[in-house]
Amino acid sequence: MEWFDAFIVVFASGMRLAIPLILACVAGLWSERSGVVDIGLEGKILVGAFASAAGAFFSGSAWVGLAVGVAATVLFSLIHGYASIDQRANQIVSGTAINMVADGLTALLGNAIWQQGGRTPQLPPEAQFRAIAWPFEPEIARIPILGPIYDRLISGNDIITYVAFLIVPLTWWALYRTRFGLRLRAVGENPAAVDTAGISVRALRYSAVVICGVLVGLAGVYLALAQTGYFQPHMSAGRGFIALAALVFAKWRPWPALATCLLFGFLDAVAIRMQGMELPVIGPVPVQAIEALPYVLTVVLLAGFIGKAIPPRASGIPYVKER
Amino acid sequence: MGGRASRAPGGATPPVPSPGGDTLEDEEKRVTHAAGAVPPAIELIGINKSFGPVHANRNVNLRVEKGVIHGIVGENGAGKSTLMSILYGFYEADSGEIRINGERVRIRSSREAIDCGIGMVFQHFMLVQTLSVLENVMLGAEGGALLARGASAIRRRLAELGAEYGLDVDPDAIAGELSVGLQQRVEILKALVRGAEILVLDEPTAVLTPAEADQLFQMLRVLKGQNKTIIFITHKLREIMSLTDRVSVMRRGEMVATFDTGLTSPPELADAMVGRKVILRIDKGPAHPGAVALEARDIVVRDDRGVVRVDRISFALREGEILGVAGVAGNGQSELLEALAGIRPLSGGEIMIHGRPLSAAERNPHDERLIGVGHVPEDRHRMGLVMPFEACESAMLGFQYEPTYGRGLFYDRKAIVKDADRKMDAFDVRPRDPLLKTANFSGGNQQKLVLAREIERNPRILLVGQPTRGVDIGAIEFIHKRIVAQRDAGKAVLLVSVELDEILALSDRIIVLCGGRLTGERRPDETDARDLGLLMAGVSERAA
Repeated sequence: MEWFDAFIVVFASGMRLAIPLILACVAGLWSERSGVVDIGLEGKILVGAFASAAGAFFSGSAWVGLAVGVAATVLFSLIHGYASIDQRANQIVSGTAINMVADGLTALLGNAIWQQGGRTPQLPPEAQFRAIAWPFEPEIARIPILGPIYDRLISGNDIITYVAFLIVPLTWWALYRTRFGLRLRAVGENPAAVDTAGISVRALRYSAVVICGVLVGLAGVYLALAQTGYFQPHMSAGRGFIALAALVFAKWRPWPALATCLLFGFLDAVAIRMQGMELPVIGPVPVQAIEALPYVLTVVLLAGFIGKAIPPRASGIPYVKER
Repeated sequence: MGGRASRAPGGATPPVPSPGGDTLEDEEKRVTHAAGAVPPAIELIGINKSFGPVHANRNVNLRVEKGVIHGIVGENGAGKSTLMSILYGFYEADSGEIRINGERVRIRSSREAIDCGIGMVFQHFMLVQTLSVLENVMLGAEGGALLARGASAIRRRLAELGAEYGLDVDPDAIAGELSVGLQQRVEILKALVRGAEILVLDEPTAVLTPAEADQLFQMLRVLKGQNKTIIFITHKLREIMSLTDRVSVMRRGEMVATFDTGLTSPPELADAMVGRKVILRIDKGPAHPGAVALEARDIVVRDDRGVVRVDRISFALREGEILGVAGVAGNGQSELLEALAGIRPLSGGEIMIHGRPLSAAERNPHDERLIGVGHVPEDRHRMGLVMPFEACESAMLGFQYEPTYGRGLFYDRKAIVKDADRKMDAFDVRPRDPLLKTANFSGGNQQKLVLAREIERNPRILLVGQPTRGVDIGAIEFIHKRIVAQRDAGKAVLLVSVELDEILALSDRIIVLCGGRLTGERRPDETDARDLGLLMAGVSERAA
C-alpha cells in the first residue's frame, strides 16, 4: 500500500497545484467562448493575488480580501473588455499590456506599502482560507484505499478548492443548458448572427468578460490566501499561460478543461517530488523537462498530432457592423 | 412528426396541407386586399441615407402590398442593400419614414425589425456554423432562460412549418454541415419561427444551384399563398420575370420605376436599371482559329484536401478563339483554371504552351506570365486584388518586378500612377482615380481593373474566370466586348463561367465539365442551354 499512499500524496498535491489553473482556465473559457481572447490571465492572477493579500492584510479578514481581489480583477477585465469590445483594439496587445502593467504595478505597490521587496508579511490565520476538516476524518482515514482518498483528497481543503470544482459543472450547465450560454457560444462563433437575431453583442461580451474577471480573480485569491498566505511579486509564475495552454488542449470545453488542468497540476507535482532524485540510467531527474510538458503537449496538439484544436471562430476579432 | 407532407420531386404543385379553415380565411383576406381595404405591408417614404460623400439612398419611396412577391432590381451599388439594411434596423435613415401595415414605426435595431414582423435572409447567411439547426433557430427566440422547454416548443414548430411549407430540415443537424440550399432554408425558418409576416431575401439565388433555386421559388410561392409578403432582391432579370408580381428598379440610390411584372419585359427593366439601352446579345464575327496555343493532356488536379477535382482532362485551345468551360460551380472548373495558371500543382498529365511542355519549375504564376499567359482569377477579392491597396498598386500586382515601375529597391511612384491611369482610361474604370483604395470601387470597376492589368500586358493566352460575377449590366457589356476583342486580335482565350448565357454568347467552342470529367464539347450554334444543362448534370451524350 505504500505506493498507493505515495500516489495519493502526489495526486493531492497535484490537485492543489491545479486549482488556480482550473479557475483561470475556466475564466479564459468564458471570455474566449464569447469571442474575446484573453492573454492577460497571467497578469490578472497577479492582480487578484496582490489585491486580496492587501485587502486581507488591512482588514484581517479573508473574505474582505476575496472581495477586494475579485473586484480588482473584474476592473482589469473591464479594461480589457473596453479595449477589445468598444475600442476594437488588438486583443493580444491589450492582454499583453495588462500582463506587463500587472507585473510591474503589483511589485511596485507591494514594495511601497510593506518595504519588503514587494512581498507582504505573512498573513494571520483568520486572513487566510484554511482547510476545512470533514466529519469523522480520523475514523475514516483508517479504512484502506477509501480512507486516504477521503482524508487527503476530499476532506481538508479550503473553500476555494471546492468552489473551483463546482465551477466546472456549473459552467457546463450554463453554456449548454441556458439561454445565456447558447447566445454566448453563438457570439464567439458568429456575432453577426447574434446581432441580426436582435441580441446585443456588446452586452453578451461584457458579461462574459466580467465572469472571466471573477473567476481569474479567485485564482489569484487562492494563490495568496489559501496556498501561501502572502503575496510576493511574480508569484503567478506562468500559471496564466499554462491555463491558456490547457484551454487550447481542452478545445474550449469545460470538462476536458478540468481534466487537462488536473493533468498539468499532476505533472507539476511529479516534477516537485522528483526534484533531486537520481534515476538509474538517466541520472538526476530533468525536472525542467517535466515542467515543460504542458507547453510541449499543447504545441504537439496545435501541430495537429492529437486531433485538432479549432478556436471559436470569432475569437480575437472585434465585431463591426457592416453591410 | 407523423403526417409531414413530402415535396413533389418535379415540383408541380406546392404542398399546402393546412386545415381547410385556414385556407378559406386566407382566401378571404386576399379578396379584401384585392378590394384595396388592406394597407400596404411596407411603405417607405422619402428615405435618405448618406455615407460620407456617398448618397446611397436618395429620396426613396417604395410601396409593397400585402401578400405579394415584390422584386427589387438594380445594378451593384444601386442602393438595394442599404435600403434593406435600413428596413432591418442595421442603419437608421438620415430622413424619411417607414410604415408597416399603415402604421408609422421607427426601426433602430434588428430587434425592433423582428418585432415589426420583418424577417431577413441575408446573402451571406447569418448562421452559427458549429451549432445545430435547432439552436440556430432558437437563438434570440429561446422562450425562457433555460433552453429545455423552448427547445421542445421550437422543435414542434419546426415540424409544423416543415409540413406546412415543405421546409423539412433535420433540427439536430449541424448548420455548417448542411448544403447551401438547406442553410438558406434554415434562415427562412428562423424568420418564420419569429413570426415574420414580411420576408426580405437579398440575392438569395447567388449561391444556389438551379435546382435549389427552383425549390426556393416554389417555397416562396407557398409562403405568398399564406399571405406573407416577400421582398426579393436580385440583379437577375429572369428570376424577376418568373417569380415576382411587382418589381421596382433602383438606380444610383434612387427608386426609378415600379412595374407590374406581367406588364413589363427584361429589356425594359434592363433599360431602367442602367438608364440607357443595353445590348444583351454580343455582336461578334466568326472566329478564325489559328495554331494551338495551349494544350492540356490528361491533366489531373487535386484540391487542398487531396480530392481529385479534375480527372484526366484533355483539350486544345487555339489562337483566335474563345473556348468556354461550362459546368455547375464546384465541378472542377476552379481547380482547372488554377492549375493552368500555375497556382495549383498538377497531379498528373501535361500542359503544353505553344507546343512546348511546361516544366514543373515553370508552372507558377510568375513564369507563366513571362511566357505570355494572362490570368483573370475567378475571385477578384481573394486572388485578383488587394482591397486596402490603392488602385495603382492593385494595377501592377504580379508585374511589380518590371522595370517600368522602378529599379533596384525603389519604386517610381510617378510611373506607377501614370501607368495605372492609362489602364484605367483604356478600360473605363470609374472613378478614374489611381490613388483611390481598391475596396472603394464598385464590383464592376474592380473587375475592369483586373482585366486592364492582365490584358494591357498583351498576353498571347488569356485565362478568364467568372469575368462578370457580381458585376452590373453596364460593365458586363463592356467586359464581354473586351474579351471578344482579344479573340479578334488573335489571342487564345479560355473562359470559365457558371453563367450559361455568358458561355453561349461569347464562346466559339464549349467544353462541359461534370464531376471533374469532360462530358462533352459543343459549338454554340449547335447547342442551347437545355442541351448544355444535361451535359452539366452528367447525363451522357445526345441520343443522336
